[in-house]
Amino acid sequence: MHLGGMTDLPPQFSQWFTRQGWSLHPHQLDMLARAGAPALLLIAPTGGGKTLAGFLPSLVELADGGHQGLHTLYVSPLKALAADIKRNLRRPVEELGLPIRIEDRSGDTSYTQKRRQRADPPHILLTTPESLALLISYEDAPRIFAGLQRVVVDEIHALAESKRGDQLMLALSRLQGLCPGLRRVGLSATVEDPGAIARQLAGPAGCEILNADPGPDPDISMLVTAERPPWMGGGAAYAIPAVLEQVRAHRTTLIFHNTRAQAEVFFHNLWIANTEDLPIGIHHGSLSREQREAVEAAMVAGRLRAIVCTGSLDLGIDWGDVDLVIQIGAPKNVKRLIQRIGRANHRYNAPSKALLVPANRFEIVECVAALEAALAHDLDGDPKGPGPRDVLCQHILILACAGPFAADDVYAEVTATGAFAGLTRAGFDDCLAFCATGGYALRAYDRWQRLLLRDGLWHLRDPRAALRIRMNIGTIQDTDTVKVRLRGGGGKPLGEVEEAFAATLTQGDTFLIGGQIVRYEGLRELTVEVSRSAAKRPRVATFMGTKFATSTQLSARILAMFQQPDWPALPAHTSGWLALQREVSHLPQAERILVESFAHEGLEYTCFYGFAGRNAQQTLGLLLTRQMEMAGLSPLGFVATDYATLIWGLEPVTAPAALFNGADLREGFETWLAGNAVMKRSFRACATIAGLIERNLPQARKSGRQATFSSDILYDTLVKYDPDHLLLQITREEAMRGLVDFGRIEEMIARSRDRIDHVKLDRVSPLAAPLLLEMGRVPVMGEGRERMIVAEAERLLAEAGIADF
Amino acid sequence: MNGLDFSFCGAALTALPSGALWYEAQRLLCVSDLHLGKSERIARRIGLMLPPYETRATLDRLAADIGAIDPAEVICLGDSFDDLEAAGSLDPDDQASLLRLAAGRRWVWIAGNHDPGPVDLAGSHVASHRAGPLVFRHEATAGAEAEVSGHYHPKLSLPGMGRPRACFLLDRCRLILPAYGAYTGGLSVTAPVLQALMQPRADAILTGQRPLRVPMPRG
Repeated sequence: MHLGGMTDLPPQFSQWFTRQGWSLHPHQLDMLARAGAPALLLIAPTGGGKTLAGFLPSLVELADGGHQGLHTLYVSPLKALAADIKRNLRRPVEELGLPIRIEDRSGDTSYTQKRRQRADPPHILLTTPESLALLISYEDAPRIFAGLQRVVVDEIHALAESKRGDQLMLALSRLQGLCPGLRRVGLSATVEDPGAIARQLAGPAGCEILNADPGPDPDISMLVTAERPPWMGGGAAYAIPAVLEQVRAHRTTLIFHNTRAQAEVFFHNLWIANTEDLPIGIHHGSLSREQREAVEAAMVAGRLRAIVCTGSLDLGIDWGDVDLVIQIGAPKNVKRLIQRIGRANHRYNAPSKALLVPANRFEIVECVAALEAALAHDLDGDPKGPGPRDVLCQHILILACAGPFAADDVYAEVTATGAFAGLTRAGFDDCLAFCATGGYALRAYDRWQRLLLRDGLWHLRDPRAALRIRMNIGTIQDTDTVKVRLRGGGGKPLGEVEEAFAATLTQGDTFLIGGQIVRYEGLRELTVEVSRSAAKRPRVATFMGTKFATSTQLSARILAMFQQPDWPALPAHTSGWLALQREVSHLPQAERILVESFAHEGLEYTCFYGFAGRNAQQTLGLLLTRQMEMAGLSPLGFVATDYATLIWGLEPVTAPAALFNGADLREGFETWLAGNAVMKRSFRACATIAGLIERNLPQARKSGRQATFSSDILYDTLVKYDPDHLLLQITREEAMRGLVDFGRIEEMIARSRDRIDHVKLDRVSPLAAPLLLEMGRVPVMGEGRERMIVAEAERLLAEAGIADF
Repeated sequence: MNGLDFSFCGAALTALPSGALWYEAQRLLCVSDLHLGKSERIARRIGLMLPPYETRATLDRLAADIGAIDPAEVICLGDSFDDLEAAGSLDPDDQASLLRLAAGRRWVWIAGNHDPGPVDLAGSHVASHRAGPLVFRHEATAGAEAEVSGHYHPKLSLPGMGRPRACFLLDRCRLILPAYGAYTGGLSVTAPVLQALMQPRADAILTGQRPLRVPMPRG
C-alpha cells in the first residue's frame, strides 16, 4: 500500500506510541507526510530519532501485508549498525503484529542465510554498501529487487566522504534502473553543506532537506590542568590526573585520540594511574573483533566508566549513558568534533559536554581556534571532487557480472548520480576500455580481454571471471596487517599490527597492543606470536591509517589569531611563547610564507611555515628536498607537522625564494610524481579498486608485501611507457587531495603569492623548536644519504674483515 | 661506468648497476631471469591485464647496457621467457629489437625452468656454457665450482634503505645473479634455501645507482 500524500499515522501505530509514552518528533511526522517524494534528506543530531523517521513510512506501507518481496533497503556503513537496528525494529513489528520480515546481510551473514535471502527476499533488508554492490552483480538482481520501493541511507554524511559512498550511489543508480519509482531517503548528522549531500543522494538537482531540531549547543571547553603541556608529542600523559578526575565525576566518558598508537599509549599510562580500579576499556580499529565487541557490550550495559578510543566509535552503537567526550590532541576538523559531541548525552536533553586536551604547546593554539570555530558554528569541509573513476571501473565490472549491457545505457545511468554528473562520454569510454582490455596504448590483449562487444552489448569474455570480480568488490583499503596472537594461549587474537611494523621486530622486542605489553616471539604464517611481558618501556606500533590534516579553515583561523597584539584567551606560558617568537623572528601570516634558517649541532636547518596541513607539508618536504638535492645542498632529512616543514642538511639554504617558486614547484611536482612513494601508494589503492591488482585470489591470500612490490613496478612502467594511462590520471586526481594533498600546496601558494620572508637566526626559533623534537623524521635518499650508506657499508665490511675472494 | 669490480675464481668481473654481469677479459655480458612475456602469460592464464610493457622495458635496459659496453658475447642465463608460449608470441617490435641487439655478437640462450627448450630466436640454445674458468648455468648445482647462475632472484634491504634491492650473491665458488627482468619479484637473501646454498662467508652486491658490496646477512 503506497500512502502518497497521506499525513495521518494509522491508529494502531499512534496507539502503540502512546502506550510507550512516546510522542513523535515533528521531523518524524514530516518524513511520513512526504513519504511519496522521490528523495529526501534528513539532518538530525544522533538520538533525534533518525532511524524511526527513516523506517516509519516503510512500516506503515507494509502494515496491511499486501506487498510481496523486498520493499525497503536500508544501507549503513557498519554491519553492527544493521544488526542493532534489526533488533530495534523487531520490537514494534512484533508488538503490533505486523506481517513484516526484517533481515540483515553483510560479510558476516552465513552462506545458507544469504542463499535464502536471494531466493526469498525479506520485506526490509539491512545491509552495507559492499554487500549491496555484490547483490547487484548477480544475474537474478532484477528478480531480487523487483518491487523495491524505498532505500534508506543511514549516516550518509560519513559515506559521502569516502569512495564507499560513491560505490553506493552507483549501485543505487542501477537499482533506479531496475525500479524506476524507487524513493530515496538520506539520514545525516550535522554538516557544513547539506546541499552537497542532497546532490550526492538525489542527483544534480538535489532534493528537499528536512532539518530536525538540533537541540541545545554543546558545552565545549578546554580541560584545565595544573601541569603544562610539553613542548612536543601527542601523548598528553601530563593530563592524566585531570582526565581521571573527570572520569570519576561522570557516568561514562569517551576519551578520543587522533591515532591508534596514541590511544594505546594513553590507555597504558591511564591504567597505571588508575589506582581506584575504575573499569576502563580500549577500542580501536586494529583490535580484534572479539575485543571490540566485548568493550561495546560492556559500554552498552553501563559497566565501563571510560573508554579510550579512536574514531572507531564515531559510528555505531548507541552511546546511551555517555555524558562526557574528551578529545585528546587538537581536533583537526571542527565538523568531526561537533558530530562526535553530538552523540553524547542526547537522552537527557541537556547540552552534550566535551573537553579538549591539547597534547603540546602548539596544540593549545589549535584547540582555542577549534573552540572559537565550534561556538561560531563555523564547520569546515572541502568540496568533494568529481566521482572517482576507479570506483566507476569496478562498477562496470560488477554490472558485467550481472549480464550484458549497452554502453549508452550505463553512461546514462551513472551520469544521473550527483558525483558522476560531470563525467564526459570520453571519460566513461576510457573506463570501459580499461575494463575491457586494460586500456593500454600498446594494444596487446585483444585475445585475452576481459570484456567483449557482441551485438552492441558488452559481456565478460570468460564467465568464470565473475567469481574473481565478486571476491574483490569494495573500496575499503586494508593496510597490510598481520594478526597478533598469544603464543600457546589458545591463539587468542589480540588485534593486528601493520606488516611494515612487524618486519622491524626481533625476538625480545616488546610493544603495546590492546593496552597490554607483549613480547615478540616470532612470525609464523602471517601471524605475529607474542607472550605477555612485564617490561616497562615498550615500543609502540605505528599504524598508517588515515592521517587527518588540520582543515584549511582551522589553519586560517590560527594564522588570524597570530595577528592579534596579544592573546588573553591563551594561558600565559603559551602567549609568552608566541610573544617571544614575534620578538626574535616573525609570527607566520596568511598572506606570506615565513622561512627561518639556523644552524644547530653541526647541521643547517630551514623551516618552512606553510600551514597547509600535515599531508601537504609532508609533500612539500619531499618536493623541497628534491629541489635542494638538485641544487647541491645535500639535504639529509625533514619532518613535517600541520603547520611547518623543517629540513636539515649539510649546506645552508641562502635563497629559499628560489626553491619555493610556485611554477617550479608545480613542474617539480609533475616530474617528481614519477618516483614518489606516496603516489605509488595512492596508485596501488586506485589500481586495486579498479581491478588491475587483485587482493583476493581464489587459492591463497596474496601477501601484502608482494602486492606492494608489484604495484610499484607497474607504476614505474606505466609512467615510462604509458604516461596518460587511465590509472595514472586517476592517481594524479587523487594526489590533489588525500595523502599528497597538493591542492593545499596550491592554496598556500595562491594566498602567499611569492611573498616569502626569510629570517636568518643564530639559534633555533621558539616556533621551530618543537619540530626538532618531533618524531616521524623522513630520511632523504640523496647524495648526503648515499655518503652515509657507503660509510655504513664500509664499516660493516671492516667489521667482518674484508676478504677478497 | 658505475659498476663494482670484484674477483671471482680468478676472473675479474664487474657488477653493473642494472644487475648485469660484465666479464671484461672475455668481453662477455651476462644477464639472468629476464622473464620476457610475463604480462602476456598472466593474461592468458588468469585474465589479469598488466601493463604489457615489461618486454620493452627489459630490452631497453639491456640495450642501454649493451650500448655502453659493446660486448662480443651476451649470455641470457635462463628464464629469459616466462614460458615457451610467451617466447613464441613476442611483439614484432620487440623481436626486431632483439635481432638488432644480437647483430654482430654471439648470443647464448641458456635454458631455464620456465623456458626449458629452444626458442625460435637468433643465437645458440644450450643447457650450460663455459667462458674462461667459469661455467654458466641457470640454477646452482651442488658441489659446483666457479659457477655463475641465476634462478633465485635474490634481494636484500639494508637498514635505512627502505625497499629491498635486487642483489648478486657470491662466495668462493658460486656467484648468483639478480633477476634482470622488469616484472620479476625477488626472494630475500635470508630465505632458508639461499642461506643453505651459500658458504658461511658470502657477500651480496646490491644493484642500484651505485652497486654496494656488503656481507650477506646470515641467520
